[in-house]
Amino acid sequence: MADPLTLAAIAAPRRPLPWLALASAALLALVLGWGLAPWLFTATDPLRGVPLQALQPPSAAHWFGTDHLGRDILARTIHGSATSLQATGLAVLVALLGGAPIGLLAGFFGGRLDAVLMRAVDVLMAIPSLLLSMAIVTVLGFGTVEIAVAVGLSAVAAFARLARGEALRWRHAVFVEAGLAAGVGIPATILRHVLPHAAGPVLALAALEFGSAVLAVSSLSFLGFGAPPPQPEWGLLIAEGRNYLAVAWWYTTLPGLVVLLVVLAANQLARHAQDRGQDRGGPR
Amino acid sequence: MPRQTRLPPPGYVARRLGQSALVLWAAFTLAFAILYILPSDPVSIMLNQAEQSLADAAQVAALRAEYNLDQPLVVQYGIALWRALHLDLGRSIQTGQPVAALLAQAIPATATLAAAALALALVGGIGLALAGSLAQAGWLRAALLAAPALGVSLPTFWIGLLLLQALSFHFFLFPAMGNEGWQSLVLPALTLAVPTSAAIAQVLGRSLAAAWGQPFAEAIRAKGVSRPRLLLTHVLPNAAVPLLTMAGIITGNLLAGSVVTETVFSREGVGRLAQGAVAVKDIPVVQGVVLLAAASFVLVNLLVDLLYPLLDPRILQQRQAG
Repeated sequence: MADPLTLAAIAAPRRPLPWLALASAALLALVLGWGLAPWLFTATDPLRGVPLQALQPPSAAHWFGTDHLGRDILARTIHGSATSLQATGLAVLVALLGGAPIGLLAGFFGGRLDAVLMRAVDVLMAIPSLLLSMAIVTVLGFGTVEIAVAVGLSAVAAFARLARGEALRWRHAVFVEAGLAAGVGIPATILRHVLPHAAGPVLALAALEFGSAVLAVSSLSFLGFGAPPPQPEWGLLIAEGRNYLAVAWWYTTLPGLVVLLVVLAANQLARHAQDRGQDRGGPR
Repeated sequence: MPRQTRLPPPGYVARRLGQSALVLWAAFTLAFAILYILPSDPVSIMLNQAEQSLADAAQVAALRAEYNLDQPLVVQYGIALWRALHLDLGRSIQTGQPVAALLAQAIPATATLAAAALALALVGGIGLALAGSLAQAGWLRAALLAAPALGVSLPTFWIGLLLLQALSFHFFLFPAMGNEGWQSLVLPALTLAVPTSAAIAQVLGRSLAAAWGQPFAEAIRAKGVSRPRLLLTHVLPNAAVPLLTMAGIITGNLLAGSVVTETVFSREGVGRLAQGAVAVKDIPVVQGVVLLAAASFVLVNLLVDLLYPLLDPRILQQRQAG
């Protein structure tokens, strides 16, 4: 029995090698490596400062230069990626696990449940996500985990809306109706027949959300609501460099460039995933 | 094709007004729920943060009574809602000033900043999309179409810091901070305009591409109208409508962006107010800013929805049919 997905893949015209997507994946893999095993990429202690070498411009010894305490900025960026990536991952997870079930239920059952849930989503959409996450941080307190949860909660609405659309699309597909008529239970229908189809676009949104979450997490920690100072974290790193803008351009510029590249790469991959998802088409 | 502009019917206007009021009420309820119900005790959060951890029981009780926290939740909510309806948003914990007055004081600076940024973003975003749509050379087209994706990936605070570094500290062109004069507005407005213009260019670029493919475009092109002229007189007006749907989101983003921008450039305004309030957990002020954001989003969307039928009569017909 041929899987319709592979048939569609064969029928689709050959695409040129997606080098942009490959480069993005490579970059993300590198940064993920930084986060998992920073000691493989730098032997320098991110917390140890050498006062004599304070505010040195980039050189062979210090690729990203040094900060006001003589700490190596590249080492701090590499060690900071663990905190930043964990916070980002947690944020996406919170948004996904919070939003997708709401959307699936609303789309599958429709009616009053759908109306109530989607009005709630509309209200969430009315508040800019940065302000919403700031309000949540006010209550949760400051810290990396706290801002991650806040960023995730403020993105729940987007996931709920998308998952609802997907559930609506597949709810009345012939195979779902047939399954229901044949006596498959509702939970099994949602988990086994609707969820797998809805998963693609929802995961593509998660990839897109990864980029926005990197931005949101670093913005919140730049504003001073994240990890406390000695800890290296991307947003905080850039905030610390704020006081040395006039004398040390590398201090904020280079860590910021890393953030930009990670966001760009994540967005690029997400778009690639979405494009491929669209080729598969709708219910058959 | 006779082109007649019709006012939206009163029923439609009334329904949209009702919906807007409902969303505002729900936003108020949401903010109340987040800030007053989720934590076990707002007073202890506020006191801890205000460095009054030595506060005695009488002080705590006084604060509790002032914010009606000694009342049942439903009563608290009722009182807060009743006051909010009269534009009384409570008092700041930190300064004791009424939140509504603090907001009113901060709004002009942020509105100026947002208006300047919006003007720059419209020029930049529309220009970028039009240029991308007209460009013939492959590499130029690719670069113009990729620029918005780059723009939305830039951290706002980083753009601000780069601009400061280059134009304030290196070339001394603009002041680095403050609210004085138009010079102090340039860099913050530019910072805030970058992500906004990228978002505008993305949406407009997509709808321009869709409009080019429509039969009317080919028909007019076949009559011998040049591409730039066709773009400006026929394709752009058709493609601009989706841009209006974004107006509410753009307003929200400008307000949210002002938090970061005003912090980077040490400007007074709503964003700075919000940043400071979160830093010391001044819950009434945070709630006030959230409500302001929701209100401006709702208001802009309402205006757009009422203007829509004037700009594009097809929309009202669809809505009435649907």
